[in-house]
Amino acid sequence: MPKQLPKTDVVIVGMGAAGGVAALPLTNAGLKVTGIEAGGWLSPRDFAPDELRNGARNWPQAVQKAASEAPTVRATEQDRAVQGGHPMMNAVGGTSMHYWAQSWRLNPWDFRVPSATRERYGNDRLPADTTVEDWPFGYEDLEPYYDKVEHAVGISGQAGNVQGRMNGAGNIFEGERQREYPMKPLRASPFTEMMGSAARGLGWHPFQGPAAITTELYDGRPPCQYHGFCNRGGCHVQAKSSTAFTTIPKAVDTGNLDVVTYARVTEVVTDSAGKVTGVSYLKGNETFFQPADVVLLASYAYENVRLLLLSKSAAFPDGLGNNAGQVGRHYMSHHQGSPVLALFPRDLHNWYGLPAQGVAIDDWADDNFDHRDLDFIGGANLWVHTDRKPMAAAKMNTFGRVQRSWGSEWKAFIMENADRYNVSYIQKTTLPYADNYLDLDPVVKDPLGLPVTRITARYHDNEKRIAAYSQDKMAEWYREAGAIAVSKTGLGNAMGATTHAYGGTRMGDNSETNVVDRWGFSYEVPNLGILGASVMGTSGARNPTLTVQALSWRTAEYLAQNWSSVVA
Amino acid sequence: MARKDQNENNKLGSEQGSSPDAPEDRSRRELIKGAGLVGATALGAGSTAVIIAQESDSGAGPRPPAVREALEVLTAAEAETLAVLCGRLIPSDQHGPGAQEARAVHFIDHSLASHNSNWREQYRVSLAAVDAYSQQEFARELIQLGDEQQDSVLEALQADTVPGCSPGSAAFFNMLRNHTIDGTFSDPYYGGNRDFVGWDMLNYPGIRLTASETDVAQGADLAPNHQSAYDHDTYTKMASNMASGRGGGDSNA
Repeated sequence: MPKQLPKTDVVIVGMGAAGGVAALPLTNAGLKVTGIEAGGWLSPRDFAPDELRNGARNWPQAVQKAASEAPTVRATEQDRAVQGGHPMMNAVGGTSMHYWAQSWRLNPWDFRVPSATRERYGNDRLPADTTVEDWPFGYEDLEPYYDKVEHAVGISGQAGNVQGRMNGAGNIFEGERQREYPMKPLRASPFTEMMGSAARGLGWHPFQGPAAITTELYDGRPPCQYHGFCNRGGCHVQAKSSTAFTTIPKAVDTGNLDVVTYARVTEVVTDSAGKVTGVSYLKGNETFFQPADVVLLASYAYENVRLLLLSKSAAFPDGLGNNAGQVGRHYMSHHQGSPVLALFPRDLHNWYGLPAQGVAIDDWADDNFDHRDLDFIGGANLWVHTDRKPMAAAKMNTFGRVQRSWGSEWKAFIMENADRYNVSYIQKTTLPYADNYLDLDPVVKDPLGLPVTRITARYHDNEKRIAAYSQDKMAEWYREAGAIAVSKTGLGNAMGATTHAYGGTRMGDNSETNVVDRWGFSYEVPNLGILGASVMGTSGARNPTLTVQALSWRTAEYLAQNWSSVVA
Repeated sequence: MARKDQNENNKLGSEQGSSPDAPEDRSRRELIKGAGLVGATALGAGSTAVIIAQESDSGAGPRPPAVREALEVLTAAEAETLAVLCGRLIPSDQHGPGAQEARAVHFIDHSLASHNSNWREQYRVSLAAVDAYSQQEFARELIQLGDEQQDSVLEALQADTVPGCSPGSAAFFNMLRNHTIDGTFSDPYYGGNRDFVGWDMLNYPGIRLTASETDVAQGADLAPNHQSAYDHDTYTKMASNMASGRGGGDSNA
C-alpha cells in the first residue's frame, strides 16, 4: 500500500522550465503546491567548465530517470522502433539548467498557420496530410504572459517592435511588445560582428537573439561571464535564468511550495467520477500517494503523454483524458538539424562564448517572405553563434581537404583550423501530421517494468523543402562573410527524441481534436492541467521554452483565479 | 600466446620503467628492433603504463614529474597495441606532440574502468583482432611494424575489413578515434591531455572562469593559462567556504 500523505491544493509533476514557472503565480495566490521532481537540487558548483563531462558524457542527464525511460523511435509503422538517448535532464530547474537559454516569443503567424496561409495563398497551400489548426488564441493574447515571464525569469535581448515602434537593432519581424526586454542583449563578438555585417551586405536584417541569461546584475544574480561552458552545462555564476535560480526559490520563499526531490510519479490517480485525486510516486523504495485538488503535468512531452497513457482506469481505459483518442497525436519533433558547416580563412575568436551569444536572421522564417512561388509554407530562423571547445574542434568536418580523418596531415589541418570552423543552427517550421504520433512501446520497458514512449514520426516534404531552402540561404550568408568552404548536411528523415518535442496533448478549441482546452485543462478531466510544449499545436521556427513558460504562467494564473470552478 | 603469459612480468617491469615523458628522439621502434621483444615490451609499457616509483629515481638526470599511472582495465599487452593505434591516429611529428604525449591510452584505460565500462569487451576483443590481423598480414605484432604498415592496419580498421572486431571493424575505429580525441583534448583531470599538450596543439588558450572582450579579441595570441577545471576549488565539491546544497537557497545571497 502506498503511504498516504496529507492533501495539498496542487501537485505539479516536474519542477523544470514549465512547472518551475507555474509554481510562482500559484504560491503567490496562496495555494499550497507540492512539486514532485525526479532529480535533485544542483548548485553552480556542479557546473564545472568541463567539455568531456558536459558535452560527451552528458552529465548529469545520462544517469537520470529520463535516460532510463528514453523513447524508442521509428520513422514509420513499417520500421522497427529503436531506443535512443534522452536529451533532457532531471533536476530542480530541469532542462532550464543546461539548455542554451535562447528565449524567443513565437511569431504571430505561428498562432494561425492555417487561416493565415489560406488568406495569403489560397486554400490549397497547406500540406494535404497536416493536422495543423489555428491556436485557440492569438499572439496578442499571450503577449502579457511573455512579458511577465521575461521579467520574472530574466531575459536579455534587443526589442525590434515596442508598441509599433520599430528598431532595426532588434527583430523587425517580431510581434508587437508592450515594452523593452529587462536587460540589454548579450555582447557581440568578433564573429557575430562579422556575420552581422555580412547579412546587412545581403540586405538582410541581423539581430542578436534573446536569452535567459543575465547581462547585468539582475535580481541578485551576476551577469554572464562568457566563459562558454553552458552548452549542455549549467552556469557557474547563476547567470543562466534557470527556474532553479529564479521562480522556484521565490515560490519556496512564499512558504507555499514543497519540493519533493528524487521522486518519480508512476500514475495519476482518478476516482470513479473520473476526477483526478492525486498522484502515486516512488521515492527510494517507498511508494507514496499524494492527494491533491488539482494535478498539473509538467514532465516534458514524452513523459506527459506516457503518464497519461499509463494512468488507465475504468473511466479511462485507453489512458487518462484519452477517450477521444487524441493523447499522443499531433506530435512534432522540431526540425532543428540539417545544419550548414563553414570553414573560414582566419581565426574566428570563438573559444570563449556561448550558444546564446549569436546573431539571427528572421528574413526567411515563418511567413516573413513571399511564398507564392515556393512549394512550402513556413521557414527557418538562421542562427550562428560563438562557442568553440577543443574536443569538438578536433572532431570537426574537414571539407574533403585532407585524405584521412587522422594522421599527420589531418593533425596539421585541425591545428590550423580549430578556430576557423562554424556550424549553423537552423530551426524550421515543423507541422503536425496524421501519421506522426506518440504511444507506448509494446516491447521496451523502463527499469520499473513500465512501457516507454514510442515515437513514430518523420519529416514530411514541407519540412525537407524548408531545410533545403534555408540551407541555401545559410550557405549564401557564410560565403558573403568570406567562408572558403561550405558544406550542407542531409535534410532529415525520422524525428528522434529531441529537446524541442511538441504536441501529444494539444491545446485547442475543438475537443474532438485536442486534449486540453484553451486554458490548458483536460477536456475529459477538468482538474487535470498540462504544461509544456506538449500543448503547442505549432512549432514555430525558434526555441520553445519561453512560449512554454508563458503558457504555464497563463494556466497557473487561470487556475488561481478560477479555483472553485476548476475544482468543482 | 607468450605475451599474455608475460603480462604480470610486464607490469612489474613497467613500474621500473622510464619516464612517460621521454623525449621523441628515443624511438621506440628502434629499440624494439635492436632489443627484441623484451626491450619492446619494457619500453611499450613504459609509454603506456608507468608508475613512477620514487625508488627508480636514482638521482641521475632530471627528476620525472610526480605522476602516477596504472592500468586499471587493459593488460600491458593490450595497452601497447592501443598505444600504437592512438599514436598513429594523432601522431607525434614535426608539428609537435600527439596522443602519446597526451597519454590518451591512459585516459582510455581509466575511462574503461569508469564511464566507458560498457565498452571494455569491445576494446578487449577488437585489440586482439587487430593483433591477429597484424600477424596475418605482416607476420609481426603491431608494435613491431613500421609507421606505414601500422597506418595500413588503421586504414583496414576504418574500411571495416579487420575481422573479429566488436561491434565491428569500422565501428571500433570510430569509437577508438573518438576516445583518442577525448583523451588528447579533454580536461587533464581525466588522465589525458597531459601537460595540456592537446590544448596547446589547437592554440586553445584554456579555461577561464571569466572571458573579457579583451581576452576574446586576442584570439590565439592570448597566452594559454594551463588550468584544469578542477584547479578551481569551486568544483572540487569540498570547498568548505562555498554555499552548499540547495541551489535555490543562495540565489539571492
